[in-house]
Amino acid sequence: MDPECSRLLPALCAVLADPRQPVADDTCLEKLLDWFTAVTEAGSSLLLLQENPCLVELLFHVLKSQDLSSRILSFSLRLAGIFAAQEDCFQYLQQGELLPMLFGEVGPLGGAAWTAPAVRSGWIQGLRTLAQHPSALHFLAACGAVDTIFSLQGDPSLFVASAAGQLLVHILDLVMRGPAEGRRSPQACDWPACAQKIVGHIEDSLCSTDIPQVTQALSVLTTAFGHCHGLWTQGLWVRLSPLVARLLEKDPVPASHSLVDLLLSVARSAPSSDRDLWETLAQTLSHLSPTQAGPLALGILKLQDCPQVLRTQAFGILLQPLACVLEAAAQAPGPPGLLEGAAADSMMVDTLLSSKSACVGLLCCALAHLGLLQPLPQRPSPWPQAPLLGAAVTILRLCSGSAAPTSDVGGRLCAILVGCGRVQRAALDFLGALSQGTGPQELVTQVFSVLLEYLVSPESSSMVLKKAFQATLRWLLSSPKTPGCCDLDPHTQLFLRELLPVLQKRLCSPCWEVRDSVLEFLTQMTRHCGGQAGFRQALLASEVPELTKQLLRDPESYVRASAVTATGQLSSWGLCATPAIPECPGAQQESLLVELLHILSTDSEGFPRRAVMQVFTEWLRDGHADVAEDAERFVAGVLQAASRDLDWEVRAQGLELALVFLEQLLGQRGSHCPYAVALPETAPPGVLDQALQVLCRVQLFEFAFRALFDCDRPVAQKSCDLLLFLRAKAAPCGSSQEAGDSPNVASVEATLQRWQAGEQGQPLGYLEPGAVVALLRSIDLEGLRDTLAESSDHVEKSPQSLLQDMLAAVGVLGENEADCY
Amino acid sequence: MSRYPDLCLNPKECVCQEMGTVDPSIFWALLFKGAFYGMKKREVGEKYCLSGHPTLPCNVLKFKSTTIMLDCGLDMNSTLNFLPLPLVQSPRLSNLPGWSLKDGNAFLDKELKECSGHVFVDSVPEFCLPETELIDLSTVDVILISNYHCMMALPYITEHTGFTGTVYATEPSVQIGRLLMEELVNFIERVPKAQSASLWKNKDIQRLLPSPLKDAVEVSTWRRCYTMQEVNSALSKIQLVGYSQKIELFGAVQVTPLSSGYALGSSNWIIQSHYEKVSYVSGSSLLTTHPQPMDQASLKNSDVLILTGLTQIPTANPDSMVGEFCSNLALTVRNGGNVLVPCYPSGVIYDLLECLYQYIDSAGLSSIPFYFISPVANSSLEFSQIFAEWLCHNKQTKVYLPEPPFPHAELIQTNKLKHYPSIHGDFSNDFRQPCVVFTGHPSLRFGDVVHFMELWGKSSLNTVIFTEPDFSYLEALAPYQPLAMKCIYCPIDTRLNFIQVSKLLKEVQPLHVVCPEQYTQPPPAQSHRIDLMIDCQPPAMSYRRAEVLALPFKRRYEKIEIMPELADSLVPMEIKPGVSLATVSAVLHTKDNKHILQPPPRPAQPTGGKKRKRASDDIPDCKVLKPLLSGSIPVEQFVQTLEKHGFSDIKVEDTAKGHIVLLQEAETLIQIEEDSTHIICDNDEMLRVRLRDLVLKFLQKF
Repeated sequence: MDPECSRLLPALCAVLADPRQPVADDTCLEKLLDWFTAVTEAGSSLLLLQENPCLVELLFHVLKSQDLSSRILSFSLRLAGIFAAQEDCFQYLQQGELLPMLFGEVGPLGGAAWTAPAVRSGWIQGLRTLAQHPSALHFLAACGAVDTIFSLQGDPSLFVASAAGQLLVHILDLVMRGPAEGRRSPQACDWPACAQKIVGHIEDSLCSTDIPQVTQALSVLTTAFGHCHGLWTQGLWVRLSPLVARLLEKDPVPASHSLVDLLLSVARSAPSSDRDLWETLAQTLSHLSPTQAGPLALGILKLQDCPQVLRTQAFGILLQPLACVLEAAAQAPGPPGLLEGAAADSMMVDTLLSSKSACVGLLCCALAHLGLLQPLPQRPSPWPQAPLLGAAVTILRLCSGSAAPTSDVGGRLCAILVGCGRVQRAALDFLGALSQGTGPQELVTQVFSVLLEYLVSPESSSMVLKKAFQATLRWLLSSPKTPGCCDLDPHTQLFLRELLPVLQKRLCSPCWEVRDSVLEFLTQMTRHCGGQAGFRQALLASEVPELTKQLLRDPESYVRASAVTATGQLSSWGLCATPAIPECPGAQQESLLVELLHILSTDSEGFPRRAVMQVFTEWLRDGHADVAEDAERFVAGVLQAASRDLDWEVRAQGLELALVFLEQLLGQRGSHCPYAVALPETAPPGVLDQALQVLCRVQLFEFAFRALFDCDRPVAQKSCDLLLFLRAKAAPCGSSQEAGDSPNVASVEATLQRWQAGEQGQPLGYLEPGAVVALLRSIDLEGLRDTLAESSDHVEKSPQSLLQDMLAAVGVLGENEADCY
Repeated sequence: MSRYPDLCLNPKECVCQEMGTVDPSIFWALLFKGAFYGMKKREVGEKYCLSGHPTLPCNVLKFKSTTIMLDCGLDMNSTLNFLPLPLVQSPRLSNLPGWSLKDGNAFLDKELKECSGHVFVDSVPEFCLPETELIDLSTVDVILISNYHCMMALPYITEHTGFTGTVYATEPSVQIGRLLMEELVNFIERVPKAQSASLWKNKDIQRLLPSPLKDAVEVSTWRRCYTMQEVNSALSKIQLVGYSQKIELFGAVQVTPLSSGYALGSSNWIIQSHYEKVSYVSGSSLLTTHPQPMDQASLKNSDVLILTGLTQIPTANPDSMVGEFCSNLALTVRNGGNVLVPCYPSGVIYDLLECLYQYIDSAGLSSIPFYFISPVANSSLEFSQIFAEWLCHNKQTKVYLPEPPFPHAELIQTNKLKHYPSIHGDFSNDFRQPCVVFTGHPSLRFGDVVHFMELWGKSSLNTVIFTEPDFSYLEALAPYQPLAMKCIYCPIDTRLNFIQVSKLLKEVQPLHVVCPEQYTQPPPAQSHRIDLMIDCQPPAMSYRRAEVLALPFKRRYEKIEIMPELADSLVPMEIKPGVSLATVSAVLHTKDNKHILQPPPRPAQPTGGKKRKRASDDIPDCKVLKPLLSGSIPVEQFVQTLEKHGFSDIKVEDTAKGHIVLLQEAETLIQIEEDSTHIICDNDEMLRVRLRDLVLKFLQKF
């Protein structure tokens, strides 16, 4: 600890111990604890206490004081725990009987302060920190802490209850680890007394009829199997698994969620040869209700090593609801084994029809679980792609009311699901996920048909519509290409022809979310299919490009931003609205550039301006025809507009654009891999001079230097990187010496210093290339980069500053030396 | 067990403030079942259904000796069978070929014309009236109107059936109803048609006609539109009412209008007596549009809830439809096309104009003119602004700012919305395209809309957007085929859908629900949609046109007041804690459906017979009352008592109604039943009296 902190510490301890002083907020106390943790990790706690006796005094004082706040008491308990984590310091504190007074029955445990959850939480955390060595274990046993922890498992404060469970696991782990660990038998007769006590408590809880108690036991075990990897956990499972299995015999199964968590936690750490475990999992799957079994089934299917039989059973659980829907909606009895091993059973039907919430919950979970499984390498094989597609389509049709089931169950399902947005969203997500696989053409046609139905339907809510567009995009992008040709297949083209009138109508929707979704869809479609003749033809024949352009003036800024991105993308592919003047083909394109520049300069919202900058950067990078025509003028105009922008993201994007321009002039930056062995590639002198001339003309340096001292750190960092790159490129340039002495450089440096001081009113004026190079060398860019890499409050974050702040807050310091930030 | 099973003891229900001296803690019965007075028990409610249209209802309720007509909607679907009435000579319509029978017989070709495979009657459109034969409409005491759409048949009822009663409606319903009628009369009268077709209505001829003419029902009762004179006369019979106002009908029934949330001044009605309550729910909405919100709480505790006027398009969400309307409107106009919106001059149009007010600037449509053409356009737009008390809270508060509650005032002020009485006159000078025109009639058979259909029908740039749900848009378009203009169907019906009905019924919990038969089964075209029907317990009772339905409640109680002096004379006896009884001897006086118990007249004093005999002397003198008995006789104890008193050889037999105690030695039979005890002995009066006294020991007397 540095001397200045040592000097401030007694005053701080006095403040903390004084109930009349308003203590700084909880954040300060937390920071203080973090600091003590760091100090004790770096050195001896004992020494710390000996050098700063005020700390022990504080702990004693806390015990004596009657009217101290619960926050300070909690803080003191945690602080004591931090010190006592080192065994010698633990002994030192024990000599003063401080620890029993803090954590024993004579301490806060028996007093009125115990009613405050913060105190109980501090007590647990203190013990959790100090329980690191055998002495601590003896102490715990001696002061009867374990029994208190048992009772705190049922604490009304969830934080306290959860922390109590975790502390039990920590103690158990501490007790069981050690040299004798491997030799301990599952029978536990040779387990340490403390471990036997905890395990006995867990056993009692598992046998209890009180469900919260069972839940507590299961949670403790889940934590143990999830976080402890010692051999003893296997022994523990051998001992407790019969009790866990007995829970399955009860109807309904108690604490099913916690049970599932436990079994999955055990399964993740168990060897694949553990037959008993797999048997328990199989039993659990068959005992739990369809809703409860879903998460377990998904967890089993995600396991790396698991018997095939169990996987089949688990997969069947996930497929059941969909099988049920398929069967109920079938016009005629379908082929047997549509979803093999998952024929709809009556229990599932009853669950689905029991209530709307049960039906919706079950279907949403099944769809979500299957959607998560779909992309995994360990997903069940063979994957029933076709029936799943059929089920997703059927569910969507039931939800839209377009399905006409003839069976009674189908009719009731339809009545429950019709218009249900939650199921619609889940099914559309799932349908989108299924686009990664193939399916028979007939089913794919049905998929596109149901997607179109949703896109057309006025009843589709904006969220459903967004999902429908996302699913459509995925299916369109995954549709097969015509053999021997890079164009879209005939089915997709047919679909596109039907889709475009829908897009037209949706672009005129009074709901801005809908307009936004269409524009996002259009952007993505154009990005991926802009070069395909079928898409281009269909798009150009529609009014979509023109309507998209009109939305650049939309009243909603999100829509304007999306319209900017969409028109930018359309323009990149030459798909923007047809020129207004036939004899002047470039007129419309140029007007788009002007219009986007106008948005950049005048739009009152940040989103459209950011979008314009991204479009411009992309245009410059891709060599958009209109930009390439006069890139210099383009860059100059954009940088001028961006430099004045109040939105830091626009300015940062301006630097991105400047970097692209630099790379185009000077060549790519080196490998992005920081560990790559490569010498910096410098530009040939002739090229460099020419490039610097250009950069000076477009006033890139003015923009970059101004950004270097930007009040927003990301902008300054980006600018620093850009200038470092430029300096690396310009390294061998020899004319710097002379330029460095010129009056031009001196005045620029003076201006920059003023900018750094916050006076950015004065312009830099025209810079000669030589002066630029000299400036790049004279500025300590590396130092600046390191400073910027520090967090903005690195000065204020020092422990000294923290102590000063806390003291200043209560007026102990003569003058307020705290930084105002 | 009570000797008087019809005498009801229910202190809570007793309402008798006049009782004065009677201790309220022993508040006692004044409620008598009808039968107590020898009144014949009968159904108190009967409902006559005069209209088969669930959203244009016309029902007659007979309730507690009053006859109440609930709405008188006019089904205008019949007009779809007629050719449109063009405002300007239409060569296309006048050159349509006449229709002839399959055998070539063309005797109907003057009456029937063919257009694109459909046959239409070339005559003044006629309307299908409510049933007039099912019940003598001159006996109707009152007509309750729930909204302006449901009063369009009023002149037919009040002017041609001998009706002499009163019509009750809210002021906005009357004023806007008048506008609708005025517009209808104007639309039809301004295009006089010399020809009147009646030959086709002959039953033998009608069955030879193609559908839908062949299937049209009761064509003989179809009538031409009424005149303005009849409208004025009908409206003069209306008495204005306000929400929650209680109106007494003949002392027997009280009716109260409640806000239904559907339209300006729209109402549901509570029809109640002291012990029965019927709720009439017609055309209600839970959506937040311009009218006052629906009053649901007052519908609670109904014996019967008559449910009509649900949405006609249960699968279309009004919000989605408004979105669809705006999108299609903008798309058409941006492409240089015109938009035609066939509509009524009031109602949804206010909400549409409000939506457009918010939408047009954002959609870049500020320069597009909006025209509202109707003979009553001006009145409708102005009326809407003055009915502040009937508007939703938000709009009401605007009035105090002060601002017009509806934004169409601003649209008019900024010249974005212009209104004209007709296409003739100023409109033709101002008219510029592309534009949006709101005009009637939604049936497309009369009104200015006919002109625009003829004018714009040939261009695919134009669009007709149907927003009114009353007519099938395909049938409405039939006489305009072939049609190039785009047709969009966005029916906006804000009335209750089945989900909302289900919630409403759970909330108000009526004992019985009565509704049109269409609501008790899924729509024919979507037979699997069991969610599109009323689902309640017990199942709803359904009715159809020309059907009489006995409402499922019994007349059980009547309220009878007791005169204070009579109450003073009563001496209640507490027969068990909280329940006291007293015998009452009184005269029941009934007048104007009010019943009063008065003290009985004193026995006539012997006055020497000189005075003139008064009417009250006819009332028979009250006899000296014997004590009243109650309780039951425990057979075993009774037998023991008999044995104690020296009777032997006693035999007890169980019967269906009780027991028979047989005293074999005395040759006597005692029949003990739930509400009677008979002692049958052979002329031994002493024995009978002894036995009677033993029986009486087990009973309470008062």
